[in-house]
Amino acid sequence: MVSVDVWNAYVDFPIFDAKTRSLKKQVLGKVGGKIGTEARVPIIEALHDISVSLGDGDRVGLVGHNGAGKSTLLRLLSGIYEPTRGSSRVIGKVAPVFDLGVGMDPEISGMENIIIRGLFLGMTRKQMESRIDDIAEFTELGDYLQMPLRTYSTGMRVRLALGVVTSIDPEILILDEGIGAVDAAFLDKARARLVDLVRRSGILVFASHSDELLFELCNSAIWMDEGRMKMQGGLREVLTAYKGRDPYEGMSAEMLSRLGEAPELANSGGEA
Amino acid sequence: MTTPAAVPSSRSWNRAFADLRDGYGMRQLWAHLGWQDIKQRYRRSVIGPLWITISMGVTAVGLGVLYSVLFGQPIKTFLPYVVVGFIVWNFINGCLTEGMETFVVNEGMIKQMPAPLSVYMLRTVWRQILLLGHNLIVYVLVIAVFFGTLDKPYTMVPGGPVHPGLGWNTLLLVPGVILLAINGAWVALFLGIISTRFRDIPQVITSILQLIFYLTPIIWSPDTFLYGKDNSLSWARVLFQFNPLYHFVQIMRGPMIGQTVSPISWLVAVGFTIVGWAIALVAMRNYRARVSYWV
Repeated sequence: MVSVDVWNAYVDFPIFDAKTRSLKKQVLGKVGGKIGTEARVPIIEALHDISVSLGDGDRVGLVGHNGAGKSTLLRLLSGIYEPTRGSSRVIGKVAPVFDLGVGMDPEISGMENIIIRGLFLGMTRKQMESRIDDIAEFTELGDYLQMPLRTYSTGMRVRLALGVVTSIDPEILILDEGIGAVDAAFLDKARARLVDLVRRSGILVFASHSDELLFELCNSAIWMDEGRMKMQGGLREVLTAYKGRDPYEGMSAEMLSRLGEAPELANSGGEA
Repeated sequence: MTTPAAVPSSRSWNRAFADLRDGYGMRQLWAHLGWQDIKQRYRRSVIGPLWITISMGVTAVGLGVLYSVLFGQPIKTFLPYVVVGFIVWNFINGCLTEGMETFVVNEGMIKQMPAPLSVYMLRTVWRQILLLGHNLIVYVLVIAVFFGTLDKPYTMVPGGPVHPGLGWNTLLLVPGVILLAINGAWVALFLGIISTRFRDIPQVITSILQLIFYLTPIIWSPDTFLYGKDNSLSWARVLFQFNPLYHFVQIMRGPMIGQTVSPISWLVAVGFTIVGWAIALVAMRNYRARVSYWV
C-alpha cells in the first residue's frame, strides 16, 4: 500500500546571503547591540498550509504559474523537503524526475548516471546493468551514453531520466514540468511508455503546462498559486478555473478521440 | 486536518536512527559512489588510481629522508615512522576536510533524489577508506625494505624508550583502522551538517589543521625530543598528549611499526568515539531535515 500524506505543511526557505551565512554575526553579534533587523535570516515562505492525502490510484496534475510552488510541492511530496511546520509521511518507493537543468554530477557519463539513478531508486547494480541496453535503445542516446553529462542538452538529460524511470517499477512517480523539454517525436514515443508506467505505479504527481499530457496521465488536479493550494478537484474543473475556459475547447479532434469520452464536468471539485 | 499521532515529527530520534539504518542498507549505492569518485579523479590518466599510491610514496619517503637528515635521526627507524604517520594523518585529514563538505558537494543529488543523509556520509568515509587502501601499498613496500630493523625490539634514539618491534601486536592495526573509520563517520555527519549551515567552518578547520599537523608527532617523534638527556622538556611530554589527534594517529601507527600503544591512547580514542557519536546523533535528530534546505 502506498500513500503520501501532508498535514498543514509549510515550507520556509531561509535565505542566507553572504553576510548572514557565517559565524561572524552569531559570534561577533553578541558584542554590541543588534543592528536593525539584520539579526534574523530572511525567510521565503514557499509553501503555505498544504494538506494533501494521496492513495493508490491517484493521478494528480499540478498546475500554476511559474514560481507558484509546484516544484517545491513535488519535492515535499517526494520527501526531499520535510515541512518546516506541519508534518508529512511518504510510504512507498518514490521515483522523481525533476527539472534536470542542474543535473546530478556533470562529470559522470550517461551510463554511470543510469546506474546511480537506479541505485537511488532502490534497484541493484545487476538489475540496472541488465536494463542498460533497453534504456539506450529507448532514449536513442546510443554512444552518447559514454559521454559526460555536461555535454548533454536539457532534452537529452530528460530522455535519460525518463529512460531510467520508465524502465523500473516505481510506486510513487513524481514528474516535474521539465519533461516538456524533449522534442515532439520523442514525446510521442515516451507517451505510450509513460501511460503504461502510470498504470503500473501507485501514485502519480505531475506538474505540467500541457493540457494534453495532463489529460492523458491524470484524473485530478491541484492548482497552486503563491505557495497555496488554490483549488483541488477534478482535472477538467481545475483547468477550467485556472485557464478561465474549458480545456476541451480548442483541443484537436485527434486528441479528443484518444482521450475517449469527455469526463463529466459535474463531479464535485474544490475540496481544498 | 490534524496530524495523526502515529507520524513522528521531523525532529525525532526515530527518524535519525532510521536515516542511519536505511543509509547503511543502501550499501551498493554508497560503495559505488565512493569508488566512482576515485575513478573520476583519475579519469583520463594512464595509470589511474595508482597515482594515489605514487604521490603518497613520493611525499612520505621524501619527507622521511628530509627530516631524518635535518634532525640527524637514524633513517632505518625514522623513515618508516614518518611514512606510516603520514599515511595515517592523510586518512584523518581526509575524513575531516572532505567530511565537512559531505553535503555541500552533494547538493545536486540531495535536491534531486530522496535518500537518507547518511548515504552521503558513507560515500565520503568509504572513499577515504579506499584511498587508505591504496596508500597501504606504500606501507607494505617500506616495511619490506626496513623489516630487518623493525622485526626485533628497537629504539628510535639511543637511550630512548624500547619498542617491541613487529609481531602479533601488529594485528591491533585492525581495531585501530576500524575505530578511526567509525570516528570519520561521526565527523563527516556532524561537521557536514554544521558546515552546510555555516560556510566559514570549513575555512576555520582547514587553517587550523595545517598547524595541528606540525603539533602532532608525525614528522617528529616524542622519543627524540622529549626523552633526551636533559629534563628541561619534561612538561612537553605531558602537554603534547592533550592533542586528541596524537592518540588517533598512535592507535593505528603504533601497531603498524611495532610500537606499543599506551592504553591512554585507546581510552581517548574510544571516549571520543562515544562522545562524538552522541553529538552527531543530536545534530542528526535536530537538523537532519534542515540539510536539504541549507545546501
